[in-house]
Amino acid sequence: MKLSSPTGWLPMPAQSLILFVVWLLLNNTLAPGHILLGAVLALTIPLLIAPTQAPQPRVVRHWAAVRYVGRVLWDILVANFEVAMRVLGPTRRLQPAFVAIPLDVEGALPITILASTISLTPGTVSAEVSEDRKWLYIHALHLEDEAALIAQIKSRYEAPIKEIFGC
Amino acid sequence: MNPTVEIIISCFLLFGGAFVLLGSFGLLRLPDFYTRLHAPTKATTLGLAGLLIASMIYFFVAGNGVIVHELLITLFLLITAPVSAHMMAKTALHHKVRMLKRTAGKPLTEAARKREAPPLNEDER
Repeated sequence: MKLSSPTGWLPMPAQSLILFVVWLLLNNTLAPGHILLGAVLALTIPLLIAPTQAPQPRVVRHWAAVRYVGRVLWDILVANFEVAMRVLGPTRRLQPAFVAIPLDVEGALPITILASTISLTPGTVSAEVSEDRKWLYIHALHLEDEAALIAQIKSRYEAPIKEIFGC
Repeated sequence: MNPTVEIIISCFLLFGGAFVLLGSFGLLRLPDFYTRLHAPTKATTLGLAGLLIASMIYFFVAGNGVIVHELLITLFLLITAPVSAHMMAKTALHHKVRMLKRTAGKPLTEAARKREAPPLNEDER
């Protein structure tokens, strides 16, 4: 696992680029004044906040990351219909549950991404992570098979995240 | 504006509207806080995506150029929705908000509150 520690005059190149693009998108313009202002902001803000950053694992497989985003977006779409049925169906048959998921990924960023993915895909919300970062507690709206849910999350989301960060 | 585009826009509007409604409906209907958390955080996000796509197509066809604000809104929604859902679930857990009696895995909540590993002698494992 590679760690990035911000140094130099361009400590966070990716974040600088995102800041610049978002600034132009927010103003919806390509006027030279805004390009200049956006560039200044994109260069100075990372310089100011870089010292507060803890070293994070870096994305080593970029295509895997793109594929992962696509998969999650698709899952959000599909799983929403499932939850829609649950919400409209009889609520007496719901079997909500708390589940503990053993974590293989390490580092704050990969775990955050996994927890966010779990929260975004309908039917599950991440609630807490254990102090040693080995367990993720989630709440499921309707649970039929605990082992199957854990296996699905581990193979469908955790494995790609491990691949992306190379850990 | 030609009718085909109007129909496509209407479809996206209806799709989005239906999911936003569903999210609110779930908020009203589901039995306890934790289950209620599920409907508005996700269905509403998807519904809003539908509405935003409709808005993008409309303004594009109306000749205002490509409006990308909608993409930014979607991006921010996707970033903030899981964080707020997580914070609410976490807060509820630590405040011991009443949960449905038949919720499975209740012994886990105690361990989760202490942020420890789950107890080994679970009844359902």
